[in-house]
Amino acid sequence: MSASLQREWQRFTPQQRIGRWLLRMAIVAACVWAVRTIEIIPEFLADAPQQMADLLIRMWPPNLGHYRGGVHDALIETLHIATLGTVLSFTMAVPLALLTARNVCRFAPINALANLLLVASRSVNSLVWALLFVAVFGPGALAGVLAIACRSVGFVGKLLAEAIEETPRGPMEAMQAVGAPWGHSMMKGMWPQVQPAFWGIALFRWDINVRESAVLGLVGAGGIGVALDDAINFFHWDRVATILLAILVVVVIAEIVVTQIRKRLI
Amino acid sequence: MTRTAFAPNWTARGALLALALYCVFAVTQLDISWARVLTGFGEGGRFLARMWPPNFERWDTLVEGMLESIQIAVLSSVAGIILSLPLGLLAARNLSPAWVSAPTRGFIALCRSLHYVIVAILFVKAVGFGALAGVAALTVASMGFIAKLFAEAIEEISMKQVEAVRATGAGPFAVLLYGVLPQVASRFVGFCIYQLDSNLRNSTLVGIVGAGGIGGTLFAAFKRFDYDFVAAILLSIIALIFVAELVSGRVRKALQ
Repeated sequence: MSASLQREWQRFTPQQRIGRWLLRMAIVAACVWAVRTIEIIPEFLADAPQQMADLLIRMWPPNLGHYRGGVHDALIETLHIATLGTVLSFTMAVPLALLTARNVCRFAPINALANLLLVASRSVNSLVWALLFVAVFGPGALAGVLAIACRSVGFVGKLLAEAIEETPRGPMEAMQAVGAPWGHSMMKGMWPQVQPAFWGIALFRWDINVRESAVLGLVGAGGIGVALDDAINFFHWDRVATILLAILVVVVIAEIVVTQIRKRLI
Repeated sequence: MTRTAFAPNWTARGALLALALYCVFAVTQLDISWARVLTGFGEGGRFLARMWPPNFERWDTLVEGMLESIQIAVLSSVAGIILSLPLGLLAARNLSPAWVSAPTRGFIALCRSLHYVIVAILFVKAVGFGALAGVAALTVASMGFIAKLFAEAIEEISMKQVEAVRATGAGPFAVLLYGVLPQVASRFVGFCIYQLDSNLRNSTLVGIVGAGGIGGTLFAAFKRFDYDFVAAILLSIIALIFVAELVSGRVRKALQ
């Protein structure tokens, strides 16, 4: 009796402890490997503070006069790209989400196929999508819109499908029981239940897309990124500062707008 | 007047109509025409044909770039995690006074609001081409993300444990270690794994602006119209992300 009381208690089983220890070792090994083999040029590191100060001095004061001439139109174009891309992504994501949701489409291979498309869309970054579309459609806003749309489909489709799968079956069954056709039962049985999630996802993705569309121009896909790239290539750092400030302001405003609408709507 | 079971929602219809009108307006503003889309589809076919089959002949360049991307992801995640621990604690409104938490929150918001590629451009100017700029840029992005969520997690903790530890006469450091951290540790680890995952995705990209990793190789191949090599790089990136997602899912399950 007393022997069993005096034993030393441990939180994890030996197996768990070995697992945790191995994980920690793996983390340390990864860090050591990365630090020892990464190519960092010491001279660059040494004069980094000086270069940083130089950069800031060149940026100050921001050339605010440039806003009217070269930034404003590009900024509006960026917002157009983000919004159109979001709308287009929803036109593709809604059918895919319906096909992915197991309670709407009951045929497992189609579920898997639609899910594969969503995963593929998500695992390619928007800048890479933009590169591809610039090669296909030429530089310009069209490539940007398509890049934003294709990147968003995976994200929106996944969240929508989850929302659809979580809805209770009652309203749908009630609609079917009164003999409503498929379209009616979807509109009146399903849609009211997923509507809050739908608008939430739309706002959330639009907010992300505003940020992402600001950099698409770096690869030639239109928007304020083009203006930014030009200013950097010509070393007009005071203009760069103006553009960065403009992007910052737009991103902050977009976030505030999204939060306000979300409060009202949901 | 008869009442219909489902009254038409005129505000919603109006909003939808406005959205449709806006889309038409925006399309004309952006100079998008149907002819251009159609030519694009023809070009797209040719483009895909040139990408196939993927060319893995220069696999040594490919592997080198991938390894550098992984290094960038590991280092930036570690640096971001270490830096965001104190930042998160300082930004939590229930632990720090307002004059500390408000500026810290502002700093975190600033880290988060600029896209990591833009931050990478600035760091490429400041510390030169190469992996260091990528590490710095992704560290900033990681700080913005982890510190924000960490601060929110801390704000949700129950203060009872904290008070209990304080009542034993513990100093502030001991209160943090025994009253606060045990309550948020598991969520913090979750954020860290998520961020490692997304740093891995992003580190394949910062190379486009010269900040090291496979992105530079990708962009160079694109500019030289080496589309079969581009296809090989893209497939490798997708494979890497897929493996990373599997591994992080496993680790998350094992830790729970």
